[in-house]
Amino acid sequence: MDTPVELAEAAALASPRAIDTPDPMRPVPFVVLQNTRETGDTFTLTLQPAGAPAPFRFAPGQFNMLYVFGVGEVPISISGDPARPELLVHTIRAVGAATRALQKLQKGEVVGVRGPFGTAWPVEPAHGHDVVVVAGGIGLAPLRPALYHLLLHRVQYGRLVLLCGARTPKDLIYARELREWRGRFDMEVDVTVDRATADWQGAVGVVTRLVERAPFDPGSAMAFVCGPEVMIRFAVMALEQRGVAARSVHVSMERNMKCAVGLCGHCQFGSRFVCRDGPVFPYDQTLPFFGMREV
Amino acid sequence: MGQSSTVILEPARLADLFAALHDEGYEIVGPTVRDGAVVYETLSSTSELPQGVGDEQSPGSYRLRERNDSALFGYAVGPHSWKRYLHPPRVTLIRAQRSAEGMTFASDGEPPPRRAFVGVRPCDLAAIALQDRVLLGGPHVDPVYAARRRSCLVIAVNCTEPSATCFCASVETGPRARTGFDLALTELAAGAGGVSPGILVEVGTPAGAALVEKLEQRPASAAELQRADELLAAAAARMSRRLATAGLEERLYARYEDPAWDAIGQRCLACANCTQVCPSCFCTTVVDSTSLELDPAGAQGPKAERHRLWDSCFTLDFTYIHGGSVRTSAGARYRQWLTHKLAAWRDQFGACGCVGCGRCITWCPAGIDITAEANALGAAPAPGR
Amino acid sequence: MVATTLEPSLASQPFFEGLSAPHLALLTGCTSNAVFNAGELIFREGQPADRFYLLRHGRVGLEIFLPAGGPLTIETLEQGEVLGFSWLFPPYKSRFDARALTLVRALSLDGACLRRKCEEDTALGYELMKRFAPLIIARLESTRMQLLDLYGHAR
Repeated sequence: MDTPVELAEAAALASPRAIDTPDPMRPVPFVVLQNTRETGDTFTLTLQPAGAPAPFRFAPGQFNMLYVFGVGEVPISISGDPARPELLVHTIRAVGAATRALQKLQKGEVVGVRGPFGTAWPVEPAHGHDVVVVAGGIGLAPLRPALYHLLLHRVQYGRLVLLCGARTPKDLIYARELREWRGRFDMEVDVTVDRATADWQGAVGVVTRLVERAPFDPGSAMAFVCGPEVMIRFAVMALEQRGVAARSVHVSMERNMKCAVGLCGHCQFGSRFVCRDGPVFPYDQTLPFFGMREV
Repeated sequence: MGQSSTVILEPARLADLFAALHDEGYEIVGPTVRDGAVVYETLSSTSELPQGVGDEQSPGSYRLRERNDSALFGYAVGPHSWKRYLHPPRVTLIRAQRSAEGMTFASDGEPPPRRAFVGVRPCDLAAIALQDRVLLGGPHVDPVYAARRRSCLVIAVNCTEPSATCFCASVETGPRARTGFDLALTELAAGAGGVSPGILVEVGTPAGAALVEKLEQRPASAAELQRADELLAAAAARMSRRLATAGLEERLYARYEDPAWDAIGQRCLACANCTQVCPSCFCTTVVDSTSLELDPAGAQGPKAERHRLWDSCFTLDFTYIHGGSVRTSAGARYRQWLTHKLAAWRDQFGACGCVGCGRCITWCPAGIDITAEANALGAAPAPGR
Repeated sequence: MVATTLEPSLASQPFFEGLSAPHLALLTGCTSNAVFNAGELIFREGQPADRFYLLRHGRVGLEIFLPAGGPLTIETLEQGEVLGFSWLFPPYKSRFDARALTLVRALSLDGACLRRKCEEDTALGYELMKRFAPLIIARLESTRMQLLDLYGHAR
């Protein structure tokens, strides 16, 4: 085993990138092509690199750090189509200073982008399996790239089920796409809201109840779950109750992030760095910490 | 281990070492007394070293005392560690400039000064090696640390005077430096066996050897080498604190939800002193600011800067997300610090994060002792659990 | 005749799995088929609650009528679920409106008749309690989750 300083010397010498490395903390400028309102406080930015156009390749589930001049940076999942990397798409909820500043951006304005970071939804290991996607609220945004991928390579998967929960019908994001997907014969889409409006004819109740009835084979299905952490807890319980193994359930986690490259320490969850070992985790790897208080 | 040679210097010749370092363009950083503590600052001469100074340390207490000799290194570590030079408390990361054409970003390009660290204790050597793993050994390298690490020369000093809070022997990081140095010094005071005062110099690298060649020195005698061994063995034996490391990680994880953490939380002030003085703690945060200056000619637009500052997992908003923090109670924050240092570090970086320097014990205003807490928590759980 | 045609339907319901043949026969005596058209009211808040339903097809909405807002759906039930708990305990009055949102087919059980039979055969009563209690608990958990307003603004 190398002594610590030999290790360090090797790292510094064998890869001169240590000094020449493009600084992982330096953003790249991107221009806003479009800023579309999705619901009350949720909007979608479509971005392209400032200067020469270049594809932004990413894996579904990964995120970027978006920088607003003088305000700060936030981690936002990428929610576009990985097969169309010429456009970088982010659906964002305005809840703090930086996201509210992003919400005000107009076409032609510039943001800083660092990324892509993090682990991806396991769309390759899911080949040959049923895939159950459980999305709560804005949790559908980090799942959309996976759905695009699954649909593009539809023949490689078994049954495809999307279970979607939102606060009210007005809070459903990607409503147009949900309707298109619901019209497909090779995909089951179930949508429920916590509280209905007068004109809502669909299901009312928590999204976890949809898990009980969804048509998939629990013995071999893989589940991708994204939403508020409490919702993830209950969704995982419902999936396990149907017989889906913990290692076949994949969840996307969130923690405070400052650097997104595993160096600032903020995003730690147990011994995992959410920015580097996540944000997508097989559920069994989040144990025993998942559900423990104040971890 | 194959270190090339060990020579002996007369104490006065240490000034020649300083001169040789200055000749080679190094800024010397080493121990000196300021504000009642031994701290690490830029030194211009050996007269600034804490000659005849000793220290008395215990939980929540640090005092300097006058020794009855003229030892140059007769004290243990103070509140500073070398991370203030390698992983500085405040760094400008990025400068952003907005203009009609868009936005540009520039990394801070200032190369760090070449520094010679004089007086690096073995525990701190181990801590530097640990920070190397974190900041250089991962998929993303920290360019700020890398630049400073490559431009520093390390002159270690072995410890013959541990303080009461030291426990490096039990975590096998000291009191003798084994690796990671260009030179390692051991101060031999006048003593038994007819050994006159001198400074034993062990060479660690070719750069260290080149320095030594410029100095008036002679090979160390067997008696002198033996004297050093005796002093260091005695120092190790004097350490009363020890951290029981066997199986510690598993036991800490097993007691993750134990009420003991809340008991500690009643005493812990979450003041973050421990993380500031700890030589292996590396957490940082990023803050943004906009400059108020505008180019009068109007050619340049507003400027913004991103700075990196030391941060601590003990702060309330360290884990802030979605309108609240994940870790709000002091007990949970203490648990994070301790289990990260002694358990999660191993999973993340392949080594225990604690080097036994004792600073967190000395500088804790509540006198919380990491060895006592870890040993208690690492013990078998109480019956009934 | 009702007893012969509906017993297999009851027996195949997961809700009644494990019931003894005599108990199944007792229940069958209280069961009939029910069909509701889309939009039809199944029961109204405040009315005597003497029936409960096992949904075999379609979707039902549990509604509250708001004075200034009209009917609001607070929960929907689907095929395989049980509609109606108020028949179990006094005052035996429905607490909500229930409306068929689509065409609904259900097995309709006479709660008043069942209550009499359970008083006589307490073992049957216990078997029914064992099946209803988990449903009520699950409904409570779901409702609490809805109350958390998880997707709402940051707390």
